[in-house]
Amino acid sequence: MRKGNSILRKPAVQTLLSSLLCILLGLLVGFIALLIINPSGAVEAILDIIKNFWNYSKRATQLKNLGNTLVKTAPLLMCSLSVLFAYKVGLFNIGAAGQYVAGAGACIFCAVGLGWHWLPCMIASILAGALVGAISGLLKATRNVNEVISCIMLNWISLYLVNTLLSKVKNPTSPYTYNVAKQMVIENGASTTVAHPEALLPQLGINTLFNNNKYVGLAIPLAILLAVGIWVLLNKTRLGYELRATGLNKHAAKYCGMQDKANIVLTMAIAGGLAGIGASMLYLTGFEEWSVTQSSVPGMGFNGIAAAFLGGLHPIGTIFSSFFIQHITDGGAQLNKQVYPSEISGLISSLIIYFCAFVLFFKLTLNRRLDRKAERLQAIAQKEGGKA
Amino acid sequence: MEKEQIRPQDSEYAVEMLHITKRFPGIIANDDITLQLRKGEIHALLGENGAGKSTLMSVLFGLYQPEEGIIKINGKEVKISDPNDANDLGIGMVHQHFKLVECFTVLDNIILGVEPVGKAGILHKAEARKRVLKLSEKYGLQVNPDAKISDITVGMQQRTEILKMLYRDNDILIFDEPTAVLTPQEIEELMQIMRNLAAEGKSILFISHKLAEIMAVADRCSVLRKGKYIGTVNTKDVTMEDLSAMMVGRNVNFHVEKKPQKLGDVILKVENMTVASHMHKNNAVKNVSFEVRAGEIVCIAGIDGNGQTEFVYGLTGLEPLAGGKITLLGKDITKMPIRRRSVMGMSHIPEDRHKHGLVLDYSLEYNIVLQRYFEPQFNKNEFLRRKNIRAYADQLIEQYDIRSGQGAITSARSMSGGNQQKAIVAREIDRNPSLLVAVQPTRGLDVGAIEYIHKQIVAQRDAGKAVLLVSLEMDEVLDVSDRILVMYEGEIVGELDPKTTTPEEMGLYMAGAKRKEM
Repeated sequence: MRKGNSILRKPAVQTLLSSLLCILLGLLVGFIALLIINPSGAVEAILDIIKNFWNYSKRATQLKNLGNTLVKTAPLLMCSLSVLFAYKVGLFNIGAAGQYVAGAGACIFCAVGLGWHWLPCMIASILAGALVGAISGLLKATRNVNEVISCIMLNWISLYLVNTLLSKVKNPTSPYTYNVAKQMVIENGASTTVAHPEALLPQLGINTLFNNNKYVGLAIPLAILLAVGIWVLLNKTRLGYELRATGLNKHAAKYCGMQDKANIVLTMAIAGGLAGIGASMLYLTGFEEWSVTQSSVPGMGFNGIAAAFLGGLHPIGTIFSSFFIQHITDGGAQLNKQVYPSEISGLISSLIIYFCAFVLFFKLTLNRRLDRKAERLQAIAQKEGGKA
Repeated sequence: MEKEQIRPQDSEYAVEMLHITKRFPGIIANDDITLQLRKGEIHALLGENGAGKSTLMSVLFGLYQPEEGIIKINGKEVKISDPNDANDLGIGMVHQHFKLVECFTVLDNIILGVEPVGKAGILHKAEARKRVLKLSEKYGLQVNPDAKISDITVGMQQRTEILKMLYRDNDILIFDEPTAVLTPQEIEELMQIMRNLAAEGKSILFISHKLAEIMAVADRCSVLRKGKYIGTVNTKDVTMEDLSAMMVGRNVNFHVEKKPQKLGDVILKVENMTVASHMHKNNAVKNVSFEVRAGEIVCIAGIDGNGQTEFVYGLTGLEPLAGGKITLLGKDITKMPIRRRSVMGMSHIPEDRHKHGLVLDYSLEYNIVLQRYFEPQFNKNEFLRRKNIRAYADQLIEQYDIRSGQGAITSARSMSGGNQQKAIVAREIDRNPSLLVAVQPTRGLDVGAIEYIHKQIVAQRDAGKAVLLVSLEMDEVLDVSDRILVMYEGEIVGELDPKTTTPEEMGLYMAGAKRKEM
């Protein structure tokens, strides 16, 4: 097939353009929702969401809030990589949420309950997430259970198991666990805590860039590094070659002797491990504690699906899409709660995802236009031009 | 020949497609094509794959709108914007792959979509049955209206399709490669049916690339080549060679040159192989035993769906055996995984190049190393050695003349069927196998590519390799093989010598009418 040389032909450019278009459309419809709720402040509100930390006038506060957004971007990026990785191998990992929960449970329990150092805690998260992922993979490979079904069920199983486990390290005066900066010790039958800063991820001096936001640290560069690593794994290695071949055509993969079933289990385990490490990137900063009474699966894993698609299913793209989604989510918190519910940012990000479904359509239309243009030019250049 | 029947040569045309041009991005599928179908004639449309036959038919059925040209039906210019329009104009088609509901009866299938419905939605089947029986008698189309499609022969399924058209009062009948799935006897019956239909005033367009059939049944023949209209001839006035030269644009050597045979050791030994079926409770392959020696081409012939696919799956390891033993190069490989069989020296050109043979969204170079990517030449410390992959792909592209838009980095999906198949053949042969299993290696390819692939297969034999060819094409079986095994309902029912057997004899075995105790 002959292709023109237009820059618009480049898949990366097309993906970028269509993602931007999705964002624009999502913001537009979100704006209409704001208008319906309260027309007088809508313009201001949508700007507040887009601005997020720029709403603050002081530079120091801006940086601190940017830091907070980044702290939550790292786990989101890992969840989206988890979804993306499985997707490249032809599996839909809607279970990133549950794998994330398992990772959270593992690292909080190991830090607060067992007093482990941050690194083994992080490894425990990876293993817990990988285990949950591998269960779905195993069911798919051996019993042909659809991974979407088993993942959704495992999301809930993970949630309640983790709630039960973390009840053991709960602060008796609140529904939350102790912060990971503390280790729980039992004295005379009652629990108290001692300081345990070893469980916190090292800050590596990055915190100083963000007005000493103490939560900012290793997680952010590590997440970006892993995104690059996933890209390398998928595109440069033998394993990536096999996994993508399995995803694109499992019959051909089997025909040429690839272990299609083992690959499915491995893929889900890696995807689970990515979501699991994501949880440790958040909870091992001490940014949040776990509420053992929560009865809904945290949205991080589901937002990961959104970020993966908005990022054009490219590991590098997801770095930016994850940041963007977290950015407008935090932006939603800037709104006047009396007038607008903060969920409006959730609405906008889901609208953006909804429009992401048009990415393909957009690319198709663009290519068709380019084809027609090229054909016209060619027809002018020479009348004979086709070859079978 | 019964061509002396009343076929008014100067009557007006049933279908006229005048100066049709249909472009797709980068390719002109139909370039100023004119096709005129006379009333009551059998008109063949001949062309290789990719010549534009399907596109032209899609234009006639309103699936594509041509950029230029007009369509006239019975002399009146019409606009066909979807298949319903075509139906209303009395155009019907028997597709190569039947469009029947398997679990419905023949009658149900015939009336599907045009059910005679009375008040309150009650179906009047008795009326419909009378009409169907009348039609079947009139045209000699024997069917049992109450038999289920899944229980009847392919020939009867085809007759059901024809009755479907007649029931809808279609006067313009299009047959798309109707003989591909039939035995020689069934083909002869179909020809007679077509003659009857034409004699009753139906106009028939017969799409085919089988020259003998065209010569036998068609009055006229229009030839397309690479999207262009080459010409229309009276079949009485031309020879098969003339038609083939028109179709291909050069003279084709139908006969495959082979060196005298030098038989070697037994390479493959299959003993009592049984493979379960996914379609029904019986075994698809029953107790099959034979040997293949170095330096011979053994061909498994048979009509589609008689266990050949399952046999190959069992042999290559895609499916486990229900019983029996396979020995390759003296080693029991019955339970060996696919990769080890392949490394041991079994190459496999699969039946379905899109399902098994290629990862369509991978580049050509990635597809070329599909069976070798794990070798040290192509990966080091788990990382792919892209330079070596590219160099190897370029070498094969050159050596086997694989044509594609952008060379090694072309997406396999964008390549033509013939070149996709060439890539697979190159990949499998270049591994220097001891045993080459080639399953319908030329399916859907044009004459040039077929000639090329046959040469490659024969070269393997001449080089002392064992070749197992599974084919549905009678000509291919007779031309290429050294020994023919006929498979019928999962069993080997006969062994024939291609030098002494005839298509008719083979047909009897293939249809299960004759068998030898093996």
